[in-house]
Amino acid sequence: MRKMNLVIVGGGPAGLAAAKAAYDCGERDILILEREAELGGILNQCIHNGFGLHTFKEELTGPEYAQRYIDQVVERGIEYRVNATVIDVSKDKVVTYVSAVDGLTQIQAKAIILACGCRERPRGGINIAGMRGAGVFSAGTAQKLVNIDGYMPGKECVILGSGDIGLIMARRMTFEGAKVKAVVELMPYSSGLNRNIVQCLNDFDIPLYFSHTVVDIKGKDRVTGVVVAPVDEKLAPIMDKAELIECDTLLLSVGLLPENELAKQGGVELSNVTGGAVVDENMMTNIDGVFECGNVLHVHDLVDFVSAESENAGKCAVAYINGLESCAEKIAINCTNGVRYCVPTQLNRDDNYQPLNFKMRVANVFKKVELAVFADGVKVFGKKRPVVAPGEMESINLTAEQVETLKKAQHIEITLIK
Amino acid sequence: MREMICINCPMGCRLTVDDSNLQDIKVTGNICPRGVIYAKNEITSPKRMVTGSVKVAGGNIAMVSVKTREAIPKHLIFDSLELLKDVVLQAPVHIGDVVIADVCGCGVDIIATKEITKA
Amino acid sequence: MKDIIIIGGGIIGCSIARELSRFSADILLLEKGNDVSVGTTKANSGIVHGGHDAYPNSKKAYYNVKGNAMFDQLSKELDFPFRRNGSMVLCFNEDLKCGLNDLLARGEQNGVKGLYIVDGDKAREMEPHLSKSVVAALVIPSGGIVSPYEMAVAYAENACTNGVEFRFLSEVTGLKKEDGIFTVTCADGYTEQAKVVVNAAGLFADEINNLICERKYQVQPRKGDYMLMDKSVGYLADHTLFQQPTKMGKGILVTPTTHGNILVGPTATDKLDKDDVNTTIEELGEAFAKALVSVPTLNKRTIITQFSGLRAHIPENDFVVEESEVEGFYNCLGIESPGLSAAPAIAVEVAGWVAEKLALKANANFVATRKAIPQFSHLSNIDRQKLIDQNPLYGNIVCRCEVVTEGEIVESIRRKPGAVDLDGVKRRTRAGMGRCQAGFCTPRIMEIIARELNLPLEEVTKRGGASQVVFGRTK
Repeated sequence: MRKMNLVIVGGGPAGLAAAKAAYDCGERDILILEREAELGGILNQCIHNGFGLHTFKEELTGPEYAQRYIDQVVERGIEYRVNATVIDVSKDKVVTYVSAVDGLTQIQAKAIILACGCRERPRGGINIAGMRGAGVFSAGTAQKLVNIDGYMPGKECVILGSGDIGLIMARRMTFEGAKVKAVVELMPYSSGLNRNIVQCLNDFDIPLYFSHTVVDIKGKDRVTGVVVAPVDEKLAPIMDKAELIECDTLLLSVGLLPENELAKQGGVELSNVTGGAVVDENMMTNIDGVFECGNVLHVHDLVDFVSAESENAGKCAVAYINGLESCAEKIAINCTNGVRYCVPTQLNRDDNYQPLNFKMRVANVFKKVELAVFADGVKVFGKKRPVVAPGEMESINLTAEQVETLKKAQHIEITLIK
Repeated sequence: MREMICINCPMGCRLTVDDSNLQDIKVTGNICPRGVIYAKNEITSPKRMVTGSVKVAGGNIAMVSVKTREAIPKHLIFDSLELLKDVVLQAPVHIGDVVIADVCGCGVDIIATKEITKA
Repeated sequence: MKDIIIIGGGIIGCSIARELSRFSADILLLEKGNDVSVGTTKANSGIVHGGHDAYPNSKKAYYNVKGNAMFDQLSKELDFPFRRNGSMVLCFNEDLKCGLNDLLARGEQNGVKGLYIVDGDKAREMEPHLSKSVVAALVIPSGGIVSPYEMAVAYAENACTNGVEFRFLSEVTGLKKEDGIFTVTCADGYTEQAKVVVNAAGLFADEINNLICERKYQVQPRKGDYMLMDKSVGYLADHTLFQQPTKMGKGILVTPTTHGNILVGPTATDKLDKDDVNTTIEELGEAFAKALVSVPTLNKRTIITQFSGLRAHIPENDFVVEESEVEGFYNCLGIESPGLSAAPAIAVEVAGWVAEKLALKANANFVATRKAIPQFSHLSNIDRQKLIDQNPLYGNIVCRCEVVTEGEIVESIRRKPGAVDLDGVKRRTRAGMGRCQAGFCTPRIMEIIARELNLPLEEVTKRGGASQVVFGRTK
């Protein structure tokens, strides 16, 4: 069996950034395994602009952003395989992958970074009744068909869900000559960015219905229409106000789910909230030497944050390979009062007091709040925000001193002061 | 007074724009200076980035993604998209290759945003 | 002219085709859809019933018990997924416990072996996720589960190997008998003659019968909604868990599938339209609520898809398996549950009648076995490597959720009768049947179908007809 220091599962933005950072920390024995035909991951189909303002201080399209990292990986001579699907990650860190070129290959890794992204919640996951004709796509599938393959998945669309992919696809379909009749959002707010509501919907007079949902899908062979109904405050459809919208296509943008089947096989403990692994500040999971970063860990809004998080994972994986011992005692971080989750989810009880970045999401829209971190009931950090929303990831930076306080505490809490 | 959302970056700043005097538009709510420029443009001559794709012959994939090098006047969006329909590039294509120069005479080029290798 | 025309490519038509292919005869199967197993066979519970439920002396009881006993050998011969996981009928009310005794007695009268009744605690020992309110259960050790569409495909492939001709998109609109010869006409103008016609048209068997027989039938489509749960909760049930039956059927069941998912359903609603496979919020809600009574820890969040199927119910409430009043015209009509369990026995019986009628000789070249498409996900690593060495397409994983390779998909298209659309590939390989429900693999599978069948991509459909997936190129 081949032995390697670091195997990175996934050659999208997370895997590429992790590989680059690991190399720059001195590691040379790295292999990236990518299941698609090219590196870059989902960025390859995100041909719109809006990527890279943090990382590169300029606004790039998805393929351009990916290429920047691909170039860095190639320049460093980091080994990678494409069309190579990992089918198993064992508890003792044997990675099994399959490709037409290499056949079935097993590698004993010292460290593994899981960077395999997320998938879209399908129709079944939201229990929409109706017929099962062609024409119901997740927004990302439609995005691939249009942007990579160059085929039109529909002429008249309704989009369920106002997440960014749904909004972006509303504009994309419009650009390609389709009519987008409505974007329907279950919640009273969008989980997408405001700028995308402006430039993807408002610019083209596409109506956005908040607090509505699709309750029925018509059409035996191909979709002929969807029935849309408002929902009450318990999100239950008000059926006597339901209306038919004729269309041939329903695009679903109803959430992204970290793709953690491999992690589960490998015994990685997952969070019920994020669907990703429980990780410490080194991005290490409960399995020594197995790390997670990017959308497999938790779904991000901005690829720039994926890159930053993944570079950290790459760096920490190298430290582990070089003999950093894992810390036995973990301090859980409690999210309360409207904070849905934070990453990292726990801290090591050690004396490594480095500045630390927390990413978090809130559970609802709140105005005029303070994001605060408490150690044993004492406020260590506070950050005032005019408005926070579930669709926008919040970020807080703690100094080394603040981290020291936390690591010495018995009880850590991240909360919203309203 | 108008409310608008700056679309320059994912921050999406909520701008308040006093456009009572078009010679002296006042903008508040922006975090960076680009918000002021955005708001002024939005009132006088709104602009948008346009991204799309064109066919590519002989490449490893069938389509290559493209963008306007910078934002173009909003009213030219669909005219510029129309022009993309007839373009067929030959592989290889490099990021930054000009696909359509000076699109619709607005002074902005449409450029490729993806590397395409020969099949 | 053919010796035999079989109308219908569901489990009944395909199994009869295969059993008839044991004999030396010229056999044609006509199917309205573009593939086998596209009607009732593709959307049902996939249960091989023990035979306790049907009324004694009914054809349902007779063929069910006989068919059930054939599955072990048949599933080996034809290499389709089958497991004798056992069934349980749950009782939630002390007052209704006598109902279980009645069922047990009925089952024994039908010839079902090994039935016994357990108390609630014993039931929970056997099925730890059962509700605390279960007070007793009838255990049917001979109950099993099968993948119904894979079984139909297996029968069809084996029939094809043994010389049966399949013609698709062949909706029979005309049927007459003159001078002892049947003439069958299809909607597309195709006409063929035969000495014998077998009606296995499922939901439409009444219409076929009514073309030629004085004795008229009416099939009442009875819809059932189902929900399929993710494999990650496959541990929730090992036996097939029924509730006590009602007059509309065997009630809501919770069962594992042969692939390790959990299936919940079906409801029972009579419909007017034989194409009405519309799931409704109300019925899905009802099915789920009733399933919770059996297994309270079922979670809606683990549902990966919903679907509905139509049962071919007739008011006579029993199978019609007969040579009809028209000599040489055989009916398989009203084949609702337990039709899948009964199919092997019905097929042998009908094939026997036909062979006798035509005095057919044995087919000397008959091959009794059929091998399934290699299932990459189920192989050992050594066998996986061997497969990739033989054909590198088995190294390209297309459906990541179910770990289905390009090699399997290509094979499913190239076999006879082969897949011609996304659903056909899905039924044969499981590509697209996993938790992402084909989000990632749809474009890839479309490409493979287009390449293999030499079609433009826009002509690739989900399930034939007007179910095209894309509308041509963007540019």
